[in-house]
Amino acid sequence: MVDPQSASHERAAPESSRPRPVYLVDGARTPFLKARGEPGPFSPVDLAVQCGRPLVMRHPVPPEAYDQVILGCVNVVPSEMNPARIAALRMGMGDAMPAFTVQINCGSGMQSVDTAFRYIRDGRGELILAGGTEALSRAPMMLPDAAVQWLSGLNKASSVQDYAQQISRLNPKDFKPEISLAQGLTDPIVGMSMGQTAELLAHQFSISRRRADEYAASSHQRLARAAEQGWLSDEIVPAVSPDGRLFSKDDGVRPDTSPESLAKLKPAFEPPYGQVTPGNSSQVTDGASWLILASEEAVERYGLEPQAVIVDSEWSALNPSIMGLGPVLSSTALLSRHQIDLHDVDLWEINEAFAAQVLACVAAWDDAAFCRIALGREQPVGQLDMRKLNIDGGAVALGHPVGASGNRIVLHLMKALSREGLRKGVATECIGGGQSGAMLIETI
Amino acid sequence: MTEDILEHLNSRARYLGPDDEQALSVTRLNHWRLSRDEHDIAWLVFDQQGTSANVLSSEVLGELEELVRNIREQAPRAVVLRSAKKTSFCMGADISEFRDVTTESEVLSKLAEAHDIVDSFEALSCPRIAVIHGQCLGGGLELALSCSYRLAIPGARFGFPEIQLGLHPGLGGTVRLPRLINPVEAMKLMLTGKPVVHQKAKKLGLVDDVVEERHVLAAIEAAIAGDLNKHHHGLKDQVMMSGPARQLEARQMRAESAKKAPPEHYPAPGALIDLWENHGGDTSTMAEAEMESFARLLQTETAQNLMRVFFLREKLKGLSDADAQDICHVHVVGAGEMGGDIAGWSALKGHTVTLFDQDPDKISGAIKKLSELCERKHYSSAETREALDRLVPDFANDGAYKSDLIIEAVPEDVDIKRKVYEEVESRMKPGAILATNTSSIPLNELARSVKVPERLVGLHFFNPVAVMPLVEVVTHEKLAEENYARARGFTGQIERLPVPVSDAPGFLVNRALTPYLMEAILMLDEGVPAESIDRVAEDFGMPMGPVELADQVGLDICVGVADMLRERLDSTLPESPDWLTELVDRGDLGKKTGRGLYTWKKGEPRKSQKADDAPENTLDRLILPMLNACVACLNQNVVESENVADAAMIFGTGFAPFRGGPFRYIHHRGAEKIHSQLRDLEDHYGKRFEPDKGWQKLIRA
Repeated sequence: MVDPQSASHERAAPESSRPRPVYLVDGARTPFLKARGEPGPFSPVDLAVQCGRPLVMRHPVPPEAYDQVILGCVNVVPSEMNPARIAALRMGMGDAMPAFTVQINCGSGMQSVDTAFRYIRDGRGELILAGGTEALSRAPMMLPDAAVQWLSGLNKASSVQDYAQQISRLNPKDFKPEISLAQGLTDPIVGMSMGQTAELLAHQFSISRRRADEYAASSHQRLARAAEQGWLSDEIVPAVSPDGRLFSKDDGVRPDTSPESLAKLKPAFEPPYGQVTPGNSSQVTDGASWLILASEEAVERYGLEPQAVIVDSEWSALNPSIMGLGPVLSSTALLSRHQIDLHDVDLWEINEAFAAQVLACVAAWDDAAFCRIALGREQPVGQLDMRKLNIDGGAVALGHPVGASGNRIVLHLMKALSREGLRKGVATECIGGGQSGAMLIETI
Repeated sequence: MTEDILEHLNSRARYLGPDDEQALSVTRLNHWRLSRDEHDIAWLVFDQQGTSANVLSSEVLGELEELVRNIREQAPRAVVLRSAKKTSFCMGADISEFRDVTTESEVLSKLAEAHDIVDSFEALSCPRIAVIHGQCLGGGLELALSCSYRLAIPGARFGFPEIQLGLHPGLGGTVRLPRLINPVEAMKLMLTGKPVVHQKAKKLGLVDDVVEERHVLAAIEAAIAGDLNKHHHGLKDQVMMSGPARQLEARQMRAESAKKAPPEHYPAPGALIDLWENHGGDTSTMAEAEMESFARLLQTETAQNLMRVFFLREKLKGLSDADAQDICHVHVVGAGEMGGDIAGWSALKGHTVTLFDQDPDKISGAIKKLSELCERKHYSSAETREALDRLVPDFANDGAYKSDLIIEAVPEDVDIKRKVYEEVESRMKPGAILATNTSSIPLNELARSVKVPERLVGLHFFNPVAVMPLVEVVTHEKLAEENYARARGFTGQIERLPVPVSDAPGFLVNRALTPYLMEAILMLDEGVPAESIDRVAEDFGMPMGPVELADQVGLDICVGVADMLRERLDSTLPESPDWLTELVDRGDLGKKTGRGLYTWKKGEPRKSQKADDAPENTLDRLILPMLNACVACLNQNVVESENVADAAMIFGTGFAPFRGGPFRYIHHRGAEKIHSQLRDLEDHYGKRFEPDKGWQKLIRA
């Protein structure tokens, strides 16, 4: 067996200054399961375990041989603090497996990949399991502060009188539970819900309701086609709940969706005049996704067959009220660094937080004034060929389990590039709070 | 890799008294160490020589007597009684000492001696504190009951398994337990033989506290200072001890235990209830009566046979004690009833299991069944989650790459099996074993369908896997001995008992059971009511009658096995009557479909209470063909010995345990006599009763 320590010493000095290649070996995800107004069948860690076990199992790497496990998760449930570590232990990766959870909101599942990528590139790891998970259906209900204070007063009551007095102070209104998810989807700095930021972009880039609905309908159709063709079967691992229910397909997709049917929906965020509806927004969904990242040495040692290499990544930020434009910033920075154009990239995955937001990004690249001010370019970046964008649909049809989505788009990009026999791809997402991440990969 | 840190730290010895240098005094005997520490506490530590678990033998008790005398000379503040063994306090009395005792008086004098020693320990003036970890059973628990306090380490289990050996406690347990805890609970503990874990023991008052190892010294000091909340009898308990209350309770207990163990076959429960009813109010006469009753029971055929069953179980366990590498990852192909349950059971017992089936719904069904099994076993939610996490649904047969053992449990069709082998063999890692759960296809034939026959072995489980403790481990001409040993070792890892059998049609259990089931079918055909047939078998001591059993197994399976045996053994097994094949064709397969030979409701057959008695020769018609098949199997070396065959039939079919197994029964009744009875039946009913050639050997022996 090769000792990684001595092997790295042997590398010639000029070579070591060049970044080490980092491979994407394989990945797997659960079916994405639409939240249906009650806690779903799986917790965040359950989801991660469901798709992680078979992924780890199907490669000739002993589970204990990974260097670490990194998992993105936004809505961590109280019984699963540090979901990464709990998942690693539950997947049988051994007591000695370091694992941590990352949270950068909607970018968490890509942040885990990027962190793993940097560790391996810098020689601080050989094999890392990086994922994202989210059970939005299980986002905790919270008691308002007033209620918590009342309960604490009750606890402190030392006499019957105190107790009676405290009981008399009860105001049932204080006990109306707050859904943490609703709060989480509202930006505390600018006071806008995520849907409102999409309304704003639609206005700024003149994205009509009709165009957003058309785009949303096509997302459903593309995803339905991919599922029907079996293109998703090597990325989805069916999940089984303890009560024996089998979940084998993404269940948010509606193949019969049309722009006309979507046109009937009412605006959800800014009624009555707004245009962002549940139909042209991403769905509230549970799901998890993992990727295996490996160094060249690990690939050789275990005889792995990597599918892609991570070329580079970038993170950007801007005002939270226009967070949806983030992908334009981060992915343009990637293109510039590698001196390539929009059309040099064979496939694009832009996470569909909102149909109008994706269309605003596309419009921004072709907007001379925007490109000059925001990107410092004399010329517009150009027109993105829509046939290269989200070729198998996106979060509008599939749902957006926030901590998992960033991971899923990298996974799917890798699989889609391989299937189409293409080489370069960019996966990018906007991030609530005004950020974005982008990752450039190449198939092998 | 470095050693497991937690395991290493956990292995740090429990405190067993001061080291020799620090001790005020030390006495070391063969099985005990007595040391006194600076706080004037005497540590009485039980560490039987040359064993991994303690049992009470006369030698052990003799040494204890000496130590009690030693302690009495200069009484310490307290005596702490502990075990030095890793996983147990004491497993009970050494029953092998009782097997050779011939007369009742000999037993009585041995018992009286033992009672005196325990009484003298109890009579010490200082408090005696038992600190108990792991198993604390039978005589071990009786010794602990003679202490003033009992402290349990979490995980400790307490029980009186004597009843399963046809006995009851005999070292004062019947006297002390009902005085310590609620008498009805005490009787329940002794009548069922089921152990209780630490929390339950605390609730019952059997132990005074449950403490982690790290708090043992503090708890001992609390006990000495009288700060421990000792369990006290409530008013209700005291009422229970009164004569009339005992009478009332005893009647109920008799009725209850008769349902589980008919008194005509199992005298011990009745004897125990008598003991309590007649002497429950008087300690001294009860101790005497306990000894007498115990000595009497020991002489019964039932107790002797049940003790034999105990040793047979140990023998089978020993067969899994293979010096082979452990199996860590099991891959099961086929998630039908058997495959799913094998996978679930293996996961429950700590293995990583992947379960593959072409039909994903079958896989999820198996996961549901494991959840239900965990619930039935009262697993905590964390334990259930761990078991479920270990059972990995495999939708792509990927588990075959990494597993140490692949168990094929697909339908009994050579072509299907061949395809499965082809697929998994291309994936198997070097050194892995391929097992088949086939019940009817010759291993030698399957061995021709695989690339490496040396690693193909039979692991024949019984349904339901979680209940039936037996696994037939089937060899064939080409099987490599190391793989055979490793397969047997696996059965031990999942707490099942292996029976090595050769590659003969039906192996042992199905071959012996089928003539019995088919004869019952013929009798149904003759018009004898199902209930009448079943009653005869149940009265003989079978856990259920053959008609109910056929329904339980599934009529399709019964017919299939019978057809296979008829074909492959050229046997004289009777043909299935047309109505039976019709039932199968119609899908009335028994319990699983709700209708078969009986109609089933909520997992129970609906039986008429009014059926007439079956004809007089029914028992012989049922049982003798079964014995005949066992004799044939032994004669043809399907199974290695009478003992192993007896064990297999008891653990695989529930053959009346108190009869000690088919061969024990043959010897008891007389081989020659049975042989001629078979001849008579042959004359009357035909070739199917023709005695096997093997009878001659038994008759000569």
